[in-house]
Amino acid sequence: MLSAAPPPQAITPELVEAAKKEGKVTYYTAMDLSVAEPVAKAFEAKYPGIKVAVERTGAERLFNRIGQEVGSNIKRVDVANSSDAAHFIVWKRQGWLEPFLSADMAENLPADQRDPDGAFVNQRTHLSAIAYNTSLVKPEDVPKGFNDLLDPKYVGKLVKGHPGYSGTIMTATHQLSKALGWAYFEKLSKQKVLQVQSATEPPKRIEAGERAVAVDGSDYLFWMAKERGAPIEVVHAVEGTPQISNPMAIFKAAPNPNAARLLVAWIMSAEGQQFIVNLSGQYPAHKLVKAKAGRPALASIKTLPEDPAEVEKSADEIKTRYQRLFKV
Amino acid sequence: MTRDLSRPILIAVSALLAAMIVLPVGWLLVVSLTNKEGGATLGNFVALFTDPTFVDPLITTLIIACSVSVICCLVAAPLGWLVARTDMPLARTVRTLVMASLVTPPFVGAIAWEMLAAPNSGLLNQLWRLMSGMPSDEALFDIYSLTGLIFVISCYTFPYVFILVANALDRMPGELEDASSMLGAKTWQTARRITVPLALPTLLAGALVAFLQALNLFGSPAILAIPAGFHTLTTRIWSLFQFPPKPELAAAASVPLLVLTILLLRAQAMALGRRGYAVLGGKYGAPRSIRLGWLRGPAVALALFVLAMPLFLPYAALFNSAFSRVASRIVTPETITLHNVRFTFLELSSTMPALKNTFLLATASATLGALLALLIAYIVARKAVRGHRVLAFLATAPLAIPGIVLGVGLFLAYTRPPLALYGTLWILLIAFVTIELPAAYQQLGSAFHAVHPELEEAGRMLGATRLRTLADITAPLLRSAVIATWCFIFVATIRELSAAVILFTSETKVLSVLIFDLKESGDVGAIAVLSLSMVAITTIVIAAANRLHARPQMRPAT
Repeated sequence: MLSAAPPPQAITPELVEAAKKEGKVTYYTAMDLSVAEPVAKAFEAKYPGIKVAVERTGAERLFNRIGQEVGSNIKRVDVANSSDAAHFIVWKRQGWLEPFLSADMAENLPADQRDPDGAFVNQRTHLSAIAYNTSLVKPEDVPKGFNDLLDPKYVGKLVKGHPGYSGTIMTATHQLSKALGWAYFEKLSKQKVLQVQSATEPPKRIEAGERAVAVDGSDYLFWMAKERGAPIEVVHAVEGTPQISNPMAIFKAAPNPNAARLLVAWIMSAEGQQFIVNLSGQYPAHKLVKAKAGRPALASIKTLPEDPAEVEKSADEIKTRYQRLFKV
Repeated sequence: MTRDLSRPILIAVSALLAAMIVLPVGWLLVVSLTNKEGGATLGNFVALFTDPTFVDPLITTLIIACSVSVICCLVAAPLGWLVARTDMPLARTVRTLVMASLVTPPFVGAIAWEMLAAPNSGLLNQLWRLMSGMPSDEALFDIYSLTGLIFVISCYTFPYVFILVANALDRMPGELEDASSMLGAKTWQTARRITVPLALPTLLAGALVAFLQALNLFGSPAILAIPAGFHTLTTRIWSLFQFPPKPELAAAASVPLLVLTILLLRAQAMALGRRGYAVLGGKYGAPRSIRLGWLRGPAVALALFVLAMPLFLPYAALFNSAFSRVASRIVTPETITLHNVRFTFLELSSTMPALKNTFLLATASATLGALLALLIAYIVARKAVRGHRVLAFLATAPLAIPGIVLGVGLFLAYTRPPLALYGTLWILLIAFVTIELPAAYQQLGSAFHAVHPELEEAGRMLGATRLRTLADITAPLLRSAVIATWCFIFVATIRELSAAVILFTSETKVLSVLIFDLKESGDVGAIAVLSLSMVAITTIVIAAANRLHARPQMRPAT
């Protein structure tokens, strides 16, 4: 049977009514709480009477939790959104996802921002960037890229996230192992790296001054901290910066299917996308929404190619190799 | 004649306890001996003991447990002696504060010590650099290290040893020491010849308690060891539960922990069993208090310094980061902010459900656990039914099951029919009641010895059933012990992380797991607010229960 995208659905008053009757929606996400919770609150303000329960953890943890919950027949997740696009391939193959496209999504999402069968769409894109604390790194010591971080002067000064927890780091580790080889990580593991879990933590650690340089981390948080006045600068590596898409999907067994549709439709609307852009400066998927002023344009940055299908095949191997090198 | 329900109740309680213990441990053993295809195998154990990513954590854990055990004794013994046997000022306050430090969940303590002693951003390291003028990358303390972890675990373990030692010294007859000094021994000689040998079995038991605590702790290693780049046995078991989950390896990895714990508990029972020779009968005078003279000042300073480690410093750090935008900066009147409080209570949508679940579970576990323990303690203490010894054994057996192992076992037992409880609060309730039952039973068991059986016998003679006598006569007399046990379980449930972290689902998240989730994303401000709220709730509940406790005891009806 030929698969095809579902017919675009209009956001009718009936859908809104049905969603309000459900009264809540559970949103599993890997996005930092400082963005995810305001997004939820904005949706609640737009549609009073529908509460959003935000369940945030790392993409790899989300995948595990959803797997255990669905496997034990616990119906809880309505909408899932994470930084590991490979997971959506798996869920789609298992038949867990409910295809959905609103009329606006069908019209304004470029083809490369959505699954051809409408099973998932890319909510937003961010980068896993290098960044440093300007009060801890002298101008002449600023790294230009990943290979610079192997210099002995960075021993004990680096912090990085973990691919067994974070989808951002999993995706980035895959891209970097392709671009630089595993030998790079072997050398990096000798640099006395402070190993945190989430890609959302290195920004917090370098802002606190716990380490001078972040090897990886969600770039939007570096920028948000900088714009708040923190002494942080972002580096786009000469070797290329890992690019991370953040798909979002509705689950077939969703206990609140109407509220789920409404939430996805709103987040992907120009209004929802603009909200995320204004707050965090992540790169929007919607054609009519402009990237945040003051941030470098995505096209101007040398990024590394993303390949979710490859990530899916090699995820276990990446975790095992990483654990062997970094010991945790 | 009224039917006596005691026989059916014994059978029902035994069956319940057996199910609570045998189901998880049974599944654990079965799964550890099963390969992926479902066949019988020893392969999981072979895989573990030849894999350095399992052997290294095993060795690390043993190093940690031994060191913690030694440190706890070195700190708790002198402190317990100072408090129980000398005229040190503030002795009562020091004793209360050491006990109060137990309210702090160990993982919260570990997070607070990160704020204090992370090599660069830690407040103590910043202070040291400010005073010594050292450059920004020099650190006095590095909490992300094996020694750092041992230190933090010791901070929250030595109180257990302290309580054992102080109580033992309280009970020690003063006559022996008097006799010693009458025979011409000097104060220190008496201490060395009499007090120390009498206290030694307790200290040995304390060392084993500390060893067990350190062996089975999950929270502190998860927070400090992983950033430092090493695993302990418990964090390794937990990591085997992350994607792709390997329950058969997690089960196999749990077995050494189970066996070690059982062996140590046997050793502890032997050590404590010897204590009996100190009390041979007859009435003893109150233990003598040794005059410290000019050492009173230094003694109390030492006690307060020790208390700074689990109590003053960590709470100062938690308060600081609760009201600061960045935890590594000291709050000033200009920078103080309610941002974290607002975020935690108004934005974070998991806060309220987690508070509700925690409160519900703590209340239910405390009530159910105290009732169950009361029933068992009664049956055992009054030898009400033949076979009561089985109950005593079953009620203490969970002591031998570390929290994380119980978590793995319950997960394996209740994710399949007939009782698919995973995903409900029931599975957490079962876990918490099972974990706390041994201590609850021991507390109530000793309380029963204080109630004279004659009162009950009178009730029985007048025709009341055992249950009736228990409800009308014994229970009111035991009220304060029951309240104390209830509080104990309540507090312990709120701080439980190791079983909860395996058993929770997004809908059944409790406060400890929420804090752990926030830790993994580095949201320390919200953690500080939640931790302080958690400790505040616990303190209020204990204070309220103590007020209840202090009310005049109900008199038996005349």
